[in-house]
Amino acid sequence: MHPAFSVLIFTVVSGAGYGLIFLTILGHLSGLAVLQNQSLLLSSGVLSLVMISGGLLSSTLHLANPKNAWRAFSRFKTSWLSREAVFAILFYPFALLYLIGVWMQGAEIAAVFSLAGWVAAVLAMITLFCTSMIYASLKTIRQWNSALTPVSYLALGLMSGGVLLLMLQIMVDDTASDVLKNVALALLCVGVTVKVIYFFWIGKPSGSSIKTATGFTQASVRLLDQGHSSNGFLNNEFGYTVSANKLLRIRFLAVAVAFFLPMLLVCLSGPFALVIATLAMLAGLLAERWLFFAEARHVVRMFHGDQSV
Amino acid sequence: MKLGLVVDLDTCVGCHGCATACKQWNTSGTIGPLSDKDPYGKDPNGAWLNRIRTYEVGDTPNSKTVHMPMSCMHCEDAACVTVCPTGASYKRSEDGIVLVDQDKCMGCNLCAWACPYGARELDPNEGTMKKCTLCVDRIYDEKLPEDERKPACVLTCPTKSRTFGDFDDPNSEVSKLVRERAGKQLMPELGYNPVNTYLPPRNKPVAVKYETTGIAGKVKGWVNKVIAR
Repeated sequence: MHPAFSVLIFTVVSGAGYGLIFLTILGHLSGLAVLQNQSLLLSSGVLSLVMISGGLLSSTLHLANPKNAWRAFSRFKTSWLSREAVFAILFYPFALLYLIGVWMQGAEIAAVFSLAGWVAAVLAMITLFCTSMIYASLKTIRQWNSALTPVSYLALGLMSGGVLLLMLQIMVDDTASDVLKNVALALLCVGVTVKVIYFFWIGKPSGSSIKTATGFTQASVRLLDQGHSSNGFLNNEFGYTVSANKLLRIRFLAVAVAFFLPMLLVCLSGPFALVIATLAMLAGLLAERWLFFAEARHVVRMFHGDQSV
Repeated sequence: MKLGLVVDLDTCVGCHGCATACKQWNTSGTIGPLSDKDPYGKDPNGAWLNRIRTYEVGDTPNSKTVHMPMSCMHCEDAACVTVCPTGASYKRSEDGIVLVDQDKCMGCNLCAWACPYGARELDPNEGTMKKCTLCVDRIYDEKLPEDERKPACVLTCPTKSRTFGDFDDPNSEVSKLVRERAGKQLMPELGYNPVNTYLPPRNKPVAVKYETTGIAGKVKGWVNKVIAR
């Protein structure tokens, strides 16, 4: 699959924003001592809203006809993309209400604001889940059509939120909180585990082949001619091919930069180390998301000559 | 009604006449223009609703060249319709034709991702998704003579390898062809239940290789070889 840069930015940055606001609200409202701090809550809330909104705006850049984007709210019953759009918009009033509560009343907020906070936290996770299901629901792309897709989107969203929260906390308090540090480390471990399992899982052979695609199941089938002399929409969208060697190198790079480098820097736990950890993690996740697309192989490729996907 | 096409892979000669007739009819049809980008340039690109691919099936000397025209299969379980967030993609309940409302499409490509047959192509100029309409603006046109109320690709096919009809009617021409010639769906394992069906090539006897004996036969063989190249 052709990796559209706007979609890579959207899934990584919004995912981190949703993870950040979820962890912030969860920690604050369940009474975690370090998160009973108005300036930390506000900075984390504002940063997550900026990241979520920036990501959502970036996602509209890949639309070929954005003037009809408002119609995307209309097929909630069947389309995961429509559900994502609805929940993403529904999230805002609750998140804003919660943040207004924190802004006016500090960490001790009234019941109505904390209720809004709980709803916003749940909606953040639902939106992230809907994003992942857009990919996981496609039977045509076997590397995506798996429960591992939503699991990794949720795990990586929470992971990046955890590292961001620790970074903000160090900036506000000057010393790292042990709880948040352990949470960030645990989430980094979960993230790398899920991703490594995914990398092994997509190596399994596929059920469809050029034989089932063309219906000639009892003989070998080879493409002689694709019927057009230059690439069309299908070639550009689905024919994206990167050499196996390069994919493997980027896998190692992504795992090192997105997970192991941040782990090391979180253990050092200085404000500067955490800024570097966050930037490295986001860059590594961009590479990871690029791989998510570059390694996904659509079944249409078999009509253009691939023996299997 | 369940309208669709039967394509005979035995008689298709891969002339691309169906694709050209399709482009000609539909570029001024109900879904607006079928645009091309740089049509006479070095790297032309454009929206086509019908593509013909050519395969070699089997191993030489028993191989066969098969031309496979592919357009929308008008699937019974059309995932392109369920994934569409705007409601632009829809499947008509009365005849099963899958269409895109050009006024609603936002060009997100998700339907093309959900389609296993590569039936949908984004129009490079309009930014909306284009796909086979089964010439819906032709098959119901009562101003046309009755035998011309067929998709453009079917009418134009010089070898009559495309047949249009109602798969719900067991006595229609398409249903009979599918029964008699063991018609096949493409990639049935994905479960989209495509309506369009392909008739496999008939088994023809393999060309007999004649034996040569004696000097005269061998010389004749060499001469034949030289002439054949």
